[in-house]
Amino acid sequence: MTSYQLASVVGRRARAARLRRLLRGKLVLVAAGAVVALVVLAAVFAPLIAPYDPNAVDPMAVSQGSSAAHWLGTDDTGRDIASRLLHGARPSLLAPLVVTVGAGLVGTALAVAAAWLGGWWDRAITAVLDVVFGFPGLVLAVVGAAVFGAGLKIAVLTLTIAYLPYVARVVRGSALKERNLPYVAALRMLGLGGGRIVLRHVVPNLLPLVLVQTATAFGYTLLDVAAFSFIGLGAQPPTAEWGLMVAQGAPGILAGAPQESLYAGLAIVVFVVACSLLGAGLSQRLTGGER
Amino acid sequence: MIWRFLARRTVALLATLLVASVVIYGGLFLAPGDPATLLVGGGKPPNPQLLAEIHRQYHLDDPFYAQYWRWLTGMLHGDAGQSLSYHDQVSHLITARIGTTALLIGYATVLIVLFGVSAGVVAGLRGGRTATAVTAATTTLMAVPTFVSAVLLIWLFAVRLNWLPAYGNGTGLADQLTHLTLPAIALAVSWLAYVAQVTRSAVDGEQRAEHVQTARSRGIPERLVVRKHILRNASGPILSVAGVAVAGLIAGCSVVEQTFGLNGVGALLIQSAAKQDLAVVQALALLTVVAFAVVNTLVDLATAALDHRVPVGGAA
Amino acid sequence: MTTATVPLLEFDSLRVTLPLGGTQRTVIHRVDLALAAGSAVGLVGESGSGKSLTARSVLGLLPEGARIEGDVRFDGASVPAMRQAELRTLRSRHAAMVFQDPRTHINPLRTVGDFLTEALVSVRREPRAQAEAKVVALLREVHVADAERRMRQRPSELSGGLLQRVMIASALAVEPRLLLADEPTTALDVTTQAEVMAIIDEARENRGLTLLFITHDLALAAAVCDRIAVMYAGHLVEELPARRLVGDAAHRYTRALLASRPDPTVPDARLRAVDGRPLSAFEAGPGCPFAPRCAAAQELCHRERPEPRAVADGRAACHFPHAVDPQAVDLDAVDPHAADTERTAR
Ligand SMILES: Nc1ncnc2c1ncn2[C@@H]1O[C@H](COP(=O)(O)OP(=O)(O)OP(=O)(O)O)[C@@H](O)[C@H]1O
Ligand SMILES: [Mg+2]
Repeated sequence: MTSYQLASVVGRRARAARLRRLLRGKLVLVAAGAVVALVVLAAVFAPLIAPYDPNAVDPMAVSQGSSAAHWLGTDDTGRDIASRLLHGARPSLLAPLVVTVGAGLVGTALAVAAAWLGGWWDRAITAVLDVVFGFPGLVLAVVGAAVFGAGLKIAVLTLTIAYLPYVARVVRGSALKERNLPYVAALRMLGLGGGRIVLRHVVPNLLPLVLVQTATAFGYTLLDVAAFSFIGLGAQPPTAEWGLMVAQGAPGILAGAPQESLYAGLAIVVFVVACSLLGAGLSQRLTGGER
Repeated sequence: MIWRFLARRTVALLATLLVASVVIYGGLFLAPGDPATLLVGGGKPPNPQLLAEIHRQYHLDDPFYAQYWRWLTGMLHGDAGQSLSYHDQVSHLITARIGTTALLIGYATVLIVLFGVSAGVVAGLRGGRTATAVTAATTTLMAVPTFVSAVLLIWLFAVRLNWLPAYGNGTGLADQLTHLTLPAIALAVSWLAYVAQVTRSAVDGEQRAEHVQTARSRGIPERLVVRKHILRNASGPILSVAGVAVAGLIAGCSVVEQTFGLNGVGALLIQSAAKQDLAVVQALALLTVVAFAVVNTLVDLATAALDHRVPVGGAA
Repeated sequence: MTTATVPLLEFDSLRVTLPLGGTQRTVIHRVDLALAAGSAVGLVGESGSGKSLTARSVLGLLPEGARIEGDVRFDGASVPAMRQAELRTLRSRHAAMVFQDPRTHINPLRTVGDFLTEALVSVRREPRAQAEAKVVALLREVHVADAERRMRQRPSELSGGLLQRVMIASALAVEPRLLLADEPTTALDVTTQAEVMAIIDEARENRGLTLLFITHDLALAAAVCDRIAVMYAGHLVEELPARRLVGDAAHRYTRALLASRPDPTVPDARLRAVDGRPLSAFEAGPGCPFAPRCAAAQELCHRERPEPRAVADGRAACHFPHAVDPQAVDLDAVDPHAADTERTAR
């Protein structure tokens, strides 16, 4: 009996190929990189470049449209939206960064441990990951918020757990293959300890894959963190955070002052599109084409 | 073989749900301090008498496994306990709202199948510019989170154009569907884009398959080549991605319900989490995980039945 | 045999270009070939020489964007000029194709029965029961045991050899006049190859089929076919009766191919590859496409492309065909094989 790969895997690969074709001119890639770099720089230097204190209310300038004084207008308490967007980039980027780095590190550690130790360990780790995989990330975060109280920290923790399987499942497969390569047996015969082989040889060889996997996940974690703040269980007022800004600006939409929601939403979408284009380019570089 | 696959998947499903229920229930005991304070609900000051009452009522002094067992058997009998912040039976809270949520998810599913799959099929069959346009559009749409599309839709269709209502449930089926249109679009759109992309590449891949050339070489009319070979063979991956999308809708509906002020279980989940009403959160989290896992399992089974190339694993 | 003077299949200066990276690339430069009704022609040549595309052009099955010059005529009717409906009739009634790899060329999700009856039921509107009875009989004819059970199985449950018989049966099911077999045995193991080849030969004999048989194997082609046509880099370079192949092959490339065969009569005969790298059609310069690898090439060969000319019973496109090489004539009479072995070795 011929067993084929899951057709969806084939589909995903073909889709990536199509995306890459879109990127052929590299112009898109450069533009995406520029957007990401700009946003990161803005986040780092927010206090220096933001024209206003993000939390400074101004009762005289409430819900204003764009003007020379406030480029993107003000929110319903008169805070400068541009300044809040710049400052908001910090938690909006940092939280998903922590999630992806954390999930990348722990996920890789779990995956390599499962592949290397094999047997009972492998089965146990895989089973735990399967259960985590059965939880939609947001639901896990909601349970966390219900138990520990709403906040960005708990959201980051629960989302890190929720993203573990996305990294670990893929890395485990590659780690298994890596473990069975002849060079590992050769190193063993040279008398190298297991820990050393893993840290010096196996993990470095898996690194490109881990990077690609976490880079791809970053966009999604950003959306999840923002969504979580949006529903009121993540970042808490008066923090400037993009998801929270979309929520806080929502009442203004009906009142004819949609600027806060729209600009914050736009910031999220533009940044995530740039990230996913950059991630596709990165995956092509690091894994040499088909992945 | 398919029966063994079925049995194995069912066992795996039950095991996952069992562990998930332990995690959900056990979460209560992870919290620092007395779980009874949590059960009272966030805002209220702890009243010693009330705490003692809760301890008795929830058997909080029993060993963990006994409490868990009582909770689980209660859940299985449709008794999810009492909500302290809503002063109502949890099961009653849920049954009053589940219809809206089901309708919303059903509506979004229809949108995905109707527009996502057909956009993918057309792009896959036509190729060229159509495919590039669909890929570009869907790549962008996939980056638009549900809550942003919700806000954009409200702004455009409810405020600027005033075509559709932005808030509330509506009464009667027609009115309800009108009220659910914007929420369903918001919920569906990024999944729709994803389904369209996968469908496109599945159709495109099949179209280039050599067996399709064989069919053409035998003079089979193009209409039949498309239906019986290209679409037939692409249907496995399409179904499987559509299933992933529906599971995603289940997880994503709370954000949409919250944004559009819909009275569904998703919004209930968020509101009770904010109030730290654990009884409700536990019941709804379990319900979501069950729905999520059941949909995923059903889709896997359906895909395996539709496409025997999908490995059913084990000693095949 | 029909008495009609019109050949059943005729390639008339066929030239095919395909779009590749923005430009049209020539993949078939020139093919002139006629197949009389009932005859079998073997089309041989290296990989990439354009054999498959030549066969596909008969059914109007060229890749998207292909441009055709010259003509392909089936029973006097121009295939490139056919409309969709006519093409469908041609494909479903008059000409059938057997592909190289049955595993990929048969829809893996549908049953063997579906595959076999599809054209009969959906194009020719035969009742399903009748179509099934017909293909079951055909399966038996191509020596498939247990035909009824096979009908309900899926391709993955059948071996490659069985599957190729299914493919042949499906081609015979439409009772075609022309069978195009594109390397029907290449994907099979050696013993199965012989069986499948015997089945094709038998079917041809019994039904008076016209056969265009594509292969890399010169000896096999010579054994099965009446005439041999040789392609090189998109050019049909020689065409001659199969039984005259060893003695009369005039084109330098054909001779090189013959020399590259292991000779079963010589105990220690080593397989000799044709020197040099095979050329793709689009790489061919202004001269003879074989000139860069040809030991007998002269200045003219690099400059001017040879026209196909009558040589003995066939035709060859060569400026200095083998037989007119004054040095070779005598040697040829004694031991043709030794002669060209020597020359290609140079
Ligand atoms: N769909 C296609 N698109 C672009 N080029 C093609 C396509 N099909 C064939 N070609 C090119 O046309 C040339 C002839 O191909 P063809 O398949 O006819 O060769 P062949 O003689 O059948 O080779 P083989 O013995 O390997 O089957 C090759 O150079 C090939 O690269
Ligand atoms: Mg070929």
